Amino acid sequence: MEQEKQVLVVFPHPDDEAFGVSGTIASYIERGTPVTYACLTLGEMGRNLGNPPFATRESLPKIRKKELQDAANALGITDLRMLGLRDKTVEFEDDDVLTKKITTLIHELTPSLIITFYPGYSVHPDHEATARAVVRAVEALPVKDKPKLQCVAFSNNCVAELGEPDIIHDITPVQDKKIAAMKAHRSQTEAMLADWAEKLEAEDPELLGWIQKERLWTYQWPEN
Amino acid sequence: MKPIEREEVQRAIDSFCERDVFLHLETTNGAYASHHDESFFSAGAYIRNAKVRYEHGKIVGDDPYRVGLKLEIGWVYAEGLNHFEIDEQGRLLLAGLDSTGKLAVALQISPQPFE
Repeated sequence: MEQEKQVLVVFPHPDDEAFGVSGTIASYIERGTPVTYACLTLGEMGRNLGNPPFATRESLPKIRKKELQDAANALGITDLRMLGLRDKTVEFEDDDVLTKKITTLIHELTPSLIITFYPGYSVHPDHEATARAVVRAVEALPVKDKPKLQCVAFSNNCVAELGEPDIIHDITPVQDKKIAAMKAHRSQTEAMLADWAEKLEAEDPELLGWIQKERLWTYQWPEN
Repeated sequence: MKPIEREEVQRAIDSFCERDVFLHLETTNGAYASHHDESFFSAGAYIRNAKVRYEHGKIVGDDPYRVGLKLEIGWVYAEGLNHFEIDEQGRLLLAGLDSTGKLAVALQISPQPFE
């Protein structure tokens, strides 16, 4: 893992950070690198309300806001920004307005690394819209000011089209923090983590491998 | 939320009759449906804070239920509803949760706009 001056993580939903890069985030923080997490929505449209349900469509945003703050605390994130957009509407926002939100963050923080989704390979329309906005914001920067851009991809065709990820972080030393972050998003992860309990107990190599190896792709700028 | 009690829901529907109310109506099979099964045709719709006034409304069926609202010049309905709550703001929240607890449909009626 290279030394960074400042990391900016941009995702649309509380819990987007947890599965793919929470170990990476915790690792940067442990080595003293400041990490800002900008989360665009509160996941208002999440389908999981608990089973049996402990949330409603209307109480879910408040619950997920708290879960997001708990997850941030578990990872040691001290700069959490909630950008106030609404789940499942990100792609319908004005593109320029969305880009400007990211540009403003970049100007304020001057990150050396930005982590977001890989446009075209991240399945959910909000992921895609967030990724496109980050790419537009970075693209507009002068070459000398461009941070590194590393992306999470998980569409079924991502490896076939992008190749294997060029960055793999072994986050085993901070695995407990990652699991704590996943657990913090209780409304969304409770059922899944219950399914995992037995496998974690048995140290299932496939599951542990998935948790411990975080995969990122360096964004490939289109050739002019 | 708890399983629908039909009579209580009908009383709540009646209480919002013939006045301006705000609707949240949503159907979804989840943003990942076509990711998990590429043959799956994903569809859904969402409207938040539609201001309507209905002449009458009715809950029909036997778990899951259907709710229809007859407007002066139109209709609103939702099917697959099985859970409800009348929240602290007096809003009627109806939802259809699948066998794993995931929301598939929501119909909500409020006397004031939803946040």
